[in-house]
Amino acid sequence: MFELPRERARRLADLLGWASIGLGVPQVSTPRSFDRAIGVVPDREARAWTFLVGLRELGAAASILVIEQPHPVRSVWGRVAGDAMDLTLLARSWRSRRESPGRLGAAIGAVVVIGAIDTYTAVQLQRSARGDGEEGGKMKVKAAITVDRPREEVYSYWRQLENLPSFMDHLQSVSALGDRRSRWKVNAPAGRSVEWEAETTEERPGELIAWRSVPGSDVGTRGAVRFQDAPGGRGTEVHVELEYDAPGGSVGAIVAKLFGEEPHQQVRDDLRRFKQVIETGEVVRSEASPEGASARRLLKQRPAEPLRVPVGAGAGHNGNERS
Amino acid sequence: MRATVWSGRNTVQVENVPDPTIMNSQDAIVRISSTAICGSDLHLYDGYVPTMKKGDILGHEFMGEVVDTGPSVERLSVGDRVVVPFPIACGKCWSCRHELYSVCENSNPNAALAEKMWGHSPAGIYGYSHMLGGYAGGQAEYARVPFADVGPIKIDHDIPDEKVLFLADILPTGYMAAELCDLRGGEVVAVWGAGPVGQFAIASARLLGAERVIAIDRFPYRLRMARDGAGATDVLNYEEHPDVVETLNELTGGRGPDACIDAVGMEAHHGHAPIYAYDRIKQAARLETERPFALRQAIMACRNGGTVSVIGAYGGFMDKFPIGSFMNRSLTLKTGQCHVHRYMRPLLERIIDGQIDPSFIVTHEMDLGEAPRGYETFKHKQDECVKVVLKP
Repeated sequence: MFELPRERARRLADLLGWASIGLGVPQVSTPRSFDRAIGVVPDREARAWTFLVGLRELGAAASILVIEQPHPVRSVWGRVAGDAMDLTLLARSWRSRRESPGRLGAAIGAVVVIGAIDTYTAVQLQRSARGDGEEGGKMKVKAAITVDRPREEVYSYWRQLENLPSFMDHLQSVSALGDRRSRWKVNAPAGRSVEWEAETTEERPGELIAWRSVPGSDVGTRGAVRFQDAPGGRGTEVHVELEYDAPGGSVGAIVAKLFGEEPHQQVRDDLRRFKQVIETGEVVRSEASPEGASARRLLKQRPAEPLRVPVGAGAGHNGNERS
Repeated sequence: MRATVWSGRNTVQVENVPDPTIMNSQDAIVRISSTAICGSDLHLYDGYVPTMKKGDILGHEFMGEVVDTGPSVERLSVGDRVVVPFPIACGKCWSCRHELYSVCENSNPNAALAEKMWGHSPAGIYGYSHMLGGYAGGQAEYARVPFADVGPIKIDHDIPDEKVLFLADILPTGYMAAELCDLRGGEVVAVWGAGPVGQFAIASARLLGAERVIAIDRFPYRLRMARDGAGATDVLNYEEHPDVVETLNELTGGRGPDACIDAVGMEAHHGHAPIYAYDRIKQAARLETERPFALRQAIMACRNGGTVSVIGAYGGFMDKFPIGSFMNRSLTLKTGQCHVHRYMRPLLERIIDGQIDPSFIVTHEMDLGEAPRGYETFKHKQDECVKVVLKP
């Protein structure tokens, strides 16, 4: 079965934790035999170092298997640092107290391989930790904006589901199905699209709308938008919280891509457009960002010069003839 | 159409680009009759403002005739003659409703870039980097003007361009610099930088009641203009008097000026001091973005309890901010990109009344096609250059 990188990284981390115990115990209890086994002359200094390395290994094990569960990113990076230390010690031993070049060479090779695994695991863990909320396995995003309009008006605009695509960058359409259900369709790369059905789980007029995808959907998502009066009569604060399940499979990969490297940025951009639509009547465009605020466009800006093909309000508009 | 595009550090070219079209329903298209090179354009030209891209059309001081309007434009019609304010403002958000137009909350589609650099985003500006919107600028034959009902001010046909063009930026900017000083009459104001904005800051400080205005620069022709054109009572050439703070003390009976205006900004020049070399090297190595020599001096020179008004453009981070002097001596620091919309009508009235004639700063008029020469002449202060106006 296909295994998610996140799960693989965690399993690897656990394995590394047990490996730390496997090395640490003999290093601490019988440093002399351990040194012999790796081809090092077990003089006083070598034994002392081995003992210390053993303590470090036991500490790493405790840290990975118990203390920093379930996401032992720092502990595994600690192991990477430990590998570097071990390589230094072994290199010194090669020069001054080499007993068996074969065994010592094998030990150095082993540390290099373990170091590579440690680094890979640490990177994978770190990647899967980024974008995660409190619990692993979910992407959580929060963002807020203040709209200079009364709460009822701001709420009503959001409440009309067909309004959402006017400011949500990826959203192709939302249609109400009745009985608190709705169908969501988002654009995906390469002209594809992803759809799911959602149900409204809570609704307090003028205050809150919460929703989640119905069980069995391709995309597992929950979200809520809260509306509250901004202090000093400054309109309405709009607070959005979104959560996506750790995506798996091809649909999940598309959703992950949609959400991108900076999910927070995308939600903020959608809120910016929401504010523009309510306050000024439309999404504000520039020559460099003709679609308006968009995290994707930020990375691939056009030069600030007019477009060859009219967009937005100008498309189909009959302007006066100019030179 | 022809347009002045940025094509890398110290390079602009006049190129053929597509004509602008309506992109938002509140847009207007303006056929440009006059457009100027601003001192802040030199920061872009020199490559000190991040997020510029090759092909960007420069220019944010322009005026002309409306030739097309989007479906939602109500106040302007084809044929109207308008001056366009440089900050793009929606007129609807909280900031616009409080006349803080240059920090409009809706006009920068690239707000996320500005937030990374500055925490929050100000308004979009024509031809002034992608961080500030990525809008095509106005050193061109035509420009698209968003929120056309909010910004542009209509001008009668009998006033020449040169008298009203500077309502777009530098006249209100200089005026705001003086207004930030909270003048009540009888003050001594020192102005660092006798460029176009400095000249208008000097004239405005006089207009708002300052008894003495001291212009500080190193170019005799600019100091001459400050005295004869703008109305400075004293001039200080810092190449002749390198200890500016001490000289200002002498000029003010040891008090220091009541208000200090920094009309220089991020690329300040200083003749000899080692601190100049320090800032120059750090700026070139991109370790700090500013050479804030004028600002440091303005803070040190200001009288106890006085006001420092920063109107010169800054972009990022400065070193060696004299926070001790600033804090212990009860100074007030005021600043901002000019909220041009606020000042256009009252200043237009002063122009019509003959209280101000801003055209005294124009030293060069060129065809748009000569923009590259205009940038070089202005940057290197050749030929006693103060202000270049381009005619498309």
